[in-house]
Amino acid sequence: MTVTVDPALLADARRERRFFLSLSLPALFIVGLAAILPILWIIRQSFLTTGGEYTIGNYAKVLSSGLTWSALATTLELSLGTLAICILLGTPLALALASARPRVANLLMAFVMLPLWTAILVRTYGWLVLLRRDGLINAALTGSGLTAEHLPLVYNFTGTLIGMVHYMLPLFLLPVYAAMRDIDPNLVRASASMGATLGQVIRTVIMPLSAGGIFSGSVIVLIYSIGFFITPAVLGGGKVNPLSTRIERALSTFQDWGSASVLGILLLVLMALIGVMLLAARRLLAQNAVAASHA
Amino acid sequence: MKSLPITIDSVSKAYGSYVALDDVSLDIQAGEFLTLLGPSGSGKTTLLMALAGFVRPDSGKLLLGDRDITRLAPNKRDIGIVFQNYALFPHMNVLANVAYPLALRKTPRAEARQRALATLARVKLDGLAERNVAALSGGQRQRVALARAIVFEPRVMLMDEPLSALDKNLRETMQYEIRRLHDDLGITTIYVTHDQREALIMSDRIAVMNSGRIQQIDTPQRIYDRPSTRFVAEFMGEANIVAPGSVRRIDGAEASGETLMIRAESFHLDAKLAGADAVALEGTLRAKAFRGENWLLTLALDGGQEVLVCIPAALAGGCAELAAGQRMTAYAPAAKVHAIPGATA
Repeated sequence: MTVTVDPALLADARRERRFFLSLSLPALFIVGLAAILPILWIIRQSFLTTGGEYTIGNYAKVLSSGLTWSALATTLELSLGTLAICILLGTPLALALASARPRVANLLMAFVMLPLWTAILVRTYGWLVLLRRDGLINAALTGSGLTAEHLPLVYNFTGTLIGMVHYMLPLFLLPVYAAMRDIDPNLVRASASMGATLGQVIRTVIMPLSAGGIFSGSVIVLIYSIGFFITPAVLGGGKVNPLSTRIERALSTFQDWGSASVLGILLLVLMALIGVMLLAARRLLAQNAVAASHA
Repeated sequence: MKSLPITIDSVSKAYGSYVALDDVSLDIQAGEFLTLLGPSGSGKTTLLMALAGFVRPDSGKLLLGDRDITRLAPNKRDIGIVFQNYALFPHMNVLANVAYPLALRKTPRAEARQRALATLARVKLDGLAERNVAALSGGQRQRVALARAIVFEPRVMLMDEPLSALDKNLRETMQYEIRRLHDDLGITTIYVTHDQREALIMSDRIAVMNSGRIQQIDTPQRIYDRPSTRFVAEFMGEANIVAPGSVRRIDGAEASGETLMIRAESFHLDAKLAGADAVALEGTLRAKAFRGENWLLTLALDGGQEVLVCIPAALAGGCAELAAGQRMTAYAPAAKVHAIPGATA
């Protein structure tokens, strides 16, 4: 059977669709202006000498420098380290929040979110007060005789990692908590009624069903971490130099727009690579989910 | 499969000032099919969840056979449960769902697979083993949930309104199938529902619950015909509760008892059909409704009380012509008039 469509009704349907699409125009405009154009500009800059002539010298200079590769390594170490700690701390925390009574969960959630409401610079300097050689933590440790020497907690990789985890943990927690909270409690009950221990419930039901949340949380943490600047700059004490601080130095110390642009593009490529890898990992996980859960 | 009796001994549970279970005691025999029937909030699901181990009673004891399970963790109770929303694992296919309890018990993979497939065949789901649970219909999900609950041969099965999400025809098919499965396996089963027809069709015995208490425990027929309280009488179907004064015995003797219950379908409009030993109620027709298999007449007695009269369509030749306001008499056999102890009309 064929139905003849009234052209007037078809036109109405088209007009409706066009209207809703047009609602995205202001956002598209801003994104185009604030993201795409600067990126194109950076790409152009990366091919210009300070004199304004076209060159690939910037790439040769940056990519042949050992500093660049060590900065890349530091970026990866910081990002993956932050992610690993976030997964280790955040997943059990999310599980605790998701299984707490709503009132308790809301209160705990407020504590978790508190850092997000504080300016990042304030928080970062707050960590200085705590982690410094003569800071609160070292004072307590040496004062109580737990350690004989001051622990090197700041102006190094450890301090930077602490500061970054502090910032990233709530961002990681939110999607994981949302995923866990959405798990039907009857699934947990069903699992237990069939004989699952708490460990088995977590392994066979809760973790597979919150994998999507853990994945989203990991993507957010990695994307924020890769370009993170303030925390390494303050808590790293000049000894922790990821790509972000290298870019800043290229600009403020050397006014070298060409090198800075190349480094910026390197960051972009890194993000794209990680994105592709994560997507591939997710596809693989989805394929294996059914098979793995049977084990 | 060895099934076990269940003893519920003075179990109470309160949530703040709300009493969900009020000193409930109940003995369920090994292999029995017992239904907990009641309106929402009557405590039937709370009692089921207490047996499963997901609700901790405030006081009382729960026994499985002669083992006290009151404080036993849910995963050690060896009870199969079918949940209202089925609670199938969305990240596993049908086979993995059914084999799950066996996998937890470290059953060798080949054996687990073979047992799961056999159980799927038992609930008539052969051929769907590799299907994703999201791709199943409601009835098929229900069968997977059943298969998963029996595959590990639990000694007791609990079912929490398992058919409430299915449409009417499918629900009726599943009622017979669940009962058949129970008879095949001989497994002690406690079934929760708010549907009185379902309870009547499926059960060996019914425990009617209201406000956290068991009102009556008996066979379906006795629950229906001989309710012990007004609540049970009215919950189990169209019941008319009348004072003895409104009822005239056609042999002229006084009707006795404190309060009488007459089911709507016990009435006849033809005195001959009600027999010699019968009662008569006189009144005015207030409303009538055709319901397919029967007519429902609303009769206003002279005292003002309304009485529902249900006449099978096959016997209701003249019902279509009845007009509101018309005087009429309904007759019921005396054997169908049940005196409820201690109730007032």
